[in-house]
Amino acid sequence: MPVSFSQLAEQYDVIVVGSGLGGLTTANRLAYCGHKVLLLEFHHRLGGLATWFKRRGHIFDVSLHGFPYGMLKTCKKYWNKAITDSIVQLKNIVFDNPQFSLRTTFDKEDFTRLLQGHFKIPGTTIDRFFSVVAGMNFYDDQTMTTRELFNDFFPGRSDVHRLLMEPITYANGSTLDDPAITYGIVFSNFMNKGVYTFEGGTDRLIGLMTAELEKNGVTICTNSKVEKIIIERGRVRGVEVLGKTIAAKAVVSNSGITNTINNLTDRQAYSDDFLEKADKIRVNTSSCQVYFGIKEMETIDDVGDLLFTSSAPEFDSEELLDKHSHSKTFSLYYPKTRPGQNRYTIVASMNSRFEDWAYLEETNYQQEKQLLIDRTLTDLERYLPGVKDKIDWMEAATPRTFNSYTLHTKGTSFGTKFEGLNVSRSIFKEVAGLFHVGSVGIIMSGWLGAINYGVIVSNDVDSFLRS
Amino acid sequence: MTSEDIKNLILEIIKDIDDEADFEGLDHDKALRDQLELDSMDFLDIVMELRKRHKLQIPEEDYPHLATLNSCVNYLQPLLKDA
Repeated sequence: MPVSFSQLAEQYDVIVVGSGLGGLTTANRLAYCGHKVLLLEFHHRLGGLATWFKRRGHIFDVSLHGFPYGMLKTCKKYWNKAITDSIVQLKNIVFDNPQFSLRTTFDKEDFTRLLQGHFKIPGTTIDRFFSVVAGMNFYDDQTMTTRELFNDFFPGRSDVHRLLMEPITYANGSTLDDPAITYGIVFSNFMNKGVYTFEGGTDRLIGLMTAELEKNGVTICTNSKVEKIIIERGRVRGVEVLGKTIAAKAVVSNSGITNTINNLTDRQAYSDDFLEKADKIRVNTSSCQVYFGIKEMETIDDVGDLLFTSSAPEFDSEELLDKHSHSKTFSLYYPKTRPGQNRYTIVASMNSRFEDWAYLEETNYQQEKQLLIDRTLTDLERYLPGVKDKIDWMEAATPRTFNSYTLHTKGTSFGTKFEGLNVSRSIFKEVAGLFHVGSVGIIMSGWLGAINYGVIVSNDVDSFLRS
Repeated sequence: MTSEDIKNLILEIIKDIDDEADFEGLDHDKALRDQLELDSMDFLDIVMELRKRHKLQIPEEDYPHLATLNSCVNYLQPLLKDA
């Protein structure tokens, strides 16, 4: 259990600010390496965007949707067996749009079958495409965009572009104009062996992670918003939290990279050159979600685990972001999600712009949220006719909701564009003892990206603490 | 440490990372990455474990020296001569 604020020590080896999956993993790794770690979280619950909420007996998962197979190895190495053993495959991924309707296990083998059979792409082109994306590294040339990559391999095939891009846009907010390497790395991760989920839900995962952190000796304190990271003469000294100063040799910020530089630290601590790069960071887009809870004792048919749906004629990154977009993902959580609890929930997700929601006055905001729920319900009825009468809870979240819970700049739910990675990776060269972990650069986002980045950053921190 | 000790140390660390790793027929001059299906995260684990066990600081630009068992020996032996 998290400890109360008054019980905190005066000093730690390292303080981790924020408990998203990156922050949790960094804290866990550093404690495992023998350092004295304090984890501070402003919310009452750990997990960051890996979160859930309860309404009328329903548990809604906010970002569980699905992650790549690599999560098994990562959890086995950096968390524990109980967590690893709860990772299970989602086998029914559905696409439905005016260009095609199909069902897939979303792995290389099945995509090869679909591209060949359904889309009539020559086998050699498919093999070449898979080998090119699988060979992409983050340090490769970044000038080629995903659009150019697709046009090289599948010119004029907007249907194929949609099949390849739509799920990744929902996974990390990237568009056809982002560097092709960000697409290739994430897509290849999924194509490895398909899409996986966590049995027992996000609440169980975070519970197991909390237990592991405590076992490894991490001091956890929630409801504790860090106001300032203290930097003196180019070196981290600690943090200011709830009016108290806690000293530390190193501080790892799991706040957004833009928040870290602009809000948590004094900009004077950085060189002009670094600030120039930092000020060019574009945050990714945010999300809208609509949550539907099915009444107890009611059931719904199995229509797939993840439904990528759209009535837009072609894939278009801008259309996907539109407030009135005709494109959305439905994540369906059947009783198998939480064995023992015989409940069904459905979460619809859309990519959204903060600006479309941020400045609405309250009455208008509530009306727009209701309209969003109505539109989403109409779309859901296409897959589950009559579902309206089985629902006893409906609620919407907007970029404003994401902003208020995560404090992320513009409520971004996918971190930053590619340039954020370099700034995040080099912050410790600006201020001794200051590190950043969190969703950056598109590739370090999502559950797997965030955890792996946590490991990479803990290596830097461990090296610093032992030097 | 002898070259044999260093090889055993590396293999022991790899075994900790992947308990199913099979060292049968391992070629000491070929990339560990290809033979044992290691990825860049695994190499990071090796670096972190060497730091923990032997206080070794291996800078990122030196990671390629850890590619094969024999290159590990060549690189680590001077650093671990007193270990």
